[in-house]
Amino acid sequence: MDIVLGLRIKGGVLVATSKAATRGISVIKVGDDKTRELNPNTLMAYTGEAGDTVQFAEYIMANTRLYGIRHDIELSPSAVASFTRNQLAKALRSRKPYQVNVLIAGFDPKTEKPTLNLIDYLASNVELPYAAHGYAAYYTMSLLDRHWKEGMTQEEGVVLMRMCIKELQTRLPVDFKGVYVKVVDKDGIRDVSALVYPDEYPEAEVTEELEVQQGEIAA
Amino acid sequence: MSNPQEINGGSCVAMVGKDCVAIACDLRMGSQGLGVSNDFEKVFNYGDNVYLGLTGLATDVQTLHEVFREKTNLYKMAEERQIEPETFANLVSSTLYEKRFGPYFVGPIVAGINSKTEKPFICGFDLIGCIDFAKDFIVSGTASDMLYGMCESLWQPDLEPEDLFNTCSQALMCAMDRDPLGGWGAIVWIITKDKVVKKLLKTRQD
Repeated sequence: MDIVLGLRIKGGVLVATSKAATRGISVIKVGDDKTRELNPNTLMAYTGEAGDTVQFAEYIMANTRLYGIRHDIELSPSAVASFTRNQLAKALRSRKPYQVNVLIAGFDPKTEKPTLNLIDYLASNVELPYAAHGYAAYYTMSLLDRHWKEGMTQEEGVVLMRMCIKELQTRLPVDFKGVYVKVVDKDGIRDVSALVYPDEYPEAEVTEELEVQQGEIAA
Repeated sequence: MSNPQEINGGSCVAMVGKDCVAIACDLRMGSQGLGVSNDFEKVFNYGDNVYLGLTGLATDVQTLHEVFREKTNLYKMAEERQIEPETFANLVSSTLYEKRFGPYFVGPIVAGINSKTEKPFICGFDLIGCIDFAKDFIVSGTASDMLYGMCESLWQPDLEPEDLFNTCSQALMCAMDRDPLGGWGAIVWIITKDKVVKKLLKTRQD
């Protein structure tokens, strides 16, 4: 029931991931970040089998960063997506495949183009203008089909993202504890959750908000 | 979900005409009922005159495309010429049979024109590489049953390139209308000995 959602905007990609970490029927964490920065201009968001997800994401992250250090040039987002697909495809026909679905959001500084790749655990890789994994796709694709436009600004993208999250909040049977929203563009990767939840983040830092929420659960 | 060949959906068809061949595919890539991409081409070319249509599990379509790109490039360097369709068909067959007991879940079809003899060539395969040579047409994918019906009624011998394009397009589009896992646009390649035309069909979007 995790949410992983991404949409391409003008000169960047927006990615939203749900904050709840669940085991069975219990929510065990409310500030879970389901993303990893693969390199300065590529972000991976993931869902799937607990354990496999972080293990796989960090394996890909370590290797893409190692490539950057060894060759003194970063892999392009499409190259990272191909590498990720290849690793998943190899795992698929092994004794125990990784059950991980990912989105790879990136901005290629060379071509100056933002890209969003959807890769499922079967290792099917497709480049898309907007994408979601799991149940979130059933509720958000119709909204995105209707409202997404080529060359949307970040502000328009945030508004659309807010519509998607609102729909998920009303239709999903469980509370996913909100989402983190990140943007990948020419300036790198930034957290823009405050733009999507203007009421909940008056001027506060994102980290403070987290502490409050976690404190409430503990109490 | 139980049948890997029907998770992502998609179809291909190839036809022989007079000194020409046509190969076409739809553009949908889905995850069971949900459409994911409308830009997923399933026909690839290796060299000037060899075309391969790959339907089935999307991940295996992508893997095999990469495998055949590598193998045909190595062939080109070793032989200092492009691979011929007949040779490529045998390459596909042996590549698939290598995985006899853990197969790629695909339904490949090959279309092309032999550059020496200038004869059109088409053939199809099952997932473990058994070749099905045909003089008329080859179908593959989730709409294969419907494609058989359409091709059986529309195809006739010695069609000119333009007529072959129409026949092939109509066969694919009408078959797709009855296939919930296919459609979302189509690509048709018309191959003659010194000209190749790629056409995008917009088709119904439901």
